[in-house]
Amino acid sequence: MDNGKFFIYLLVMAGVTYLVRMIPLTLIKEKIKNRFVLSFLHYIPYTVLSAMTVPACFYATGSTLSAIVGFVIAIVASFFERTLIQVAALSCAGVLVTELIMNYV
Amino acid sequence: MTYINSFRTGLKEGLPICMGYFSVSFAFGIFAVESGLTVWQTVLISLFNLTSAGQLAGVPIIASGGSFVELALSQLVINSRYSLMSVALGQKLSREVTLPEKLFIAYGNTDEIFAVSVSNEGEIGTRYMAGLILLPVLGWTGGTLAGAVAGNILPAIVASALGIAIYGMFIAIVVPIAKKEKATALCVATAILFSLAFKYVPFLSFVPSGFTIIISAVIASVIFAIAAPIKTDEEEQSNG
Repeated sequence: MDNGKFFIYLLVMAGVTYLVRMIPLTLIKEKIKNRFVLSFLHYIPYTVLSAMTVPACFYATGSTLSAIVGFVIAIVASFFERTLIQVAALSCAGVLVTELIMNYV
Repeated sequence: MTYINSFRTGLKEGLPICMGYFSVSFAFGIFAVESGLTVWQTVLISLFNLTSAGQLAGVPIIASGGSFVELALSQLVINSRYSLMSVALGQKLSREVTLPEKLFIAYGNTDEIFAVSVSNEGEIGTRYMAGLILLPVLGWTGGTLAGAVAGNILPAIVASALGIAIYGMFIAIVVPIAKKEKATALCVATAILFSLAFKYVPFLSFVPSGFTIIISAVIASVIFAIAAPIKTDEEEQSNG
């Protein structure tokens, strides 16, 4: 892709992404007191991450089976409160081992 | 109320995010170069966007010469969750944080940085946020560079395994809180049910995936904000 056109794409993409993050952070100055809004804001990061993960993660690897193995490992590891990197690494390892076994069975 | 504003604390909490980002962005680097972008274009996308899902959706549009409107809309929809997170993060920041500092913090408000920063008790400051943002940016950009350069020499099976890394991180953020708070667990389960319905129920599956994430998350969060509102600071003080 030639650099001239690419930089316009980059500007559009990064500009939209930045404004989405920046405008609410700078415009809302007062502490929100409304209990409904506070509750909504408490739940929203977890519901967003969950909806992003299921079902998309089942299609993120070479096969659905290996993805399910990686998913289950991540649930178990994070239930026992491993760190972010430990959970991600164990999950990847599970996928790798599953796909290696599938290749040779 | 406690006030957290140590650069070192930020760095320490950012390190696992950095390592997670490195592996995830490695996969992104492979993907973008395979799509037809150069190594440096790929690196610049990661440095200036700092968003996994948005970049995954944006690269095919750029590589295929799609319209600027399509690119802008895709980013607006997929990244609209950040506007909700920015509102919540803004509530967490100390009053001492100035406007220029907020302009910088906004750049670094990713899913994981957000989740880690708001999980602190009490208010947080700019020095803490700077420490928390620095390493993940290096990890995300560096991993992209490594993947873009080394992607074609990496076995396909390893690249496939890296594909699950970002979801592993998401799970590691959600499960501990769901284990601790029953209402959050039920709320998350509700969001997942909606997300599954949008994918597998025939007459719902035409909705683009960027929208389904937002719709599922907002519906579940509204239901539980009504049915199971959280305790506010004032109530905790009057009770305790």
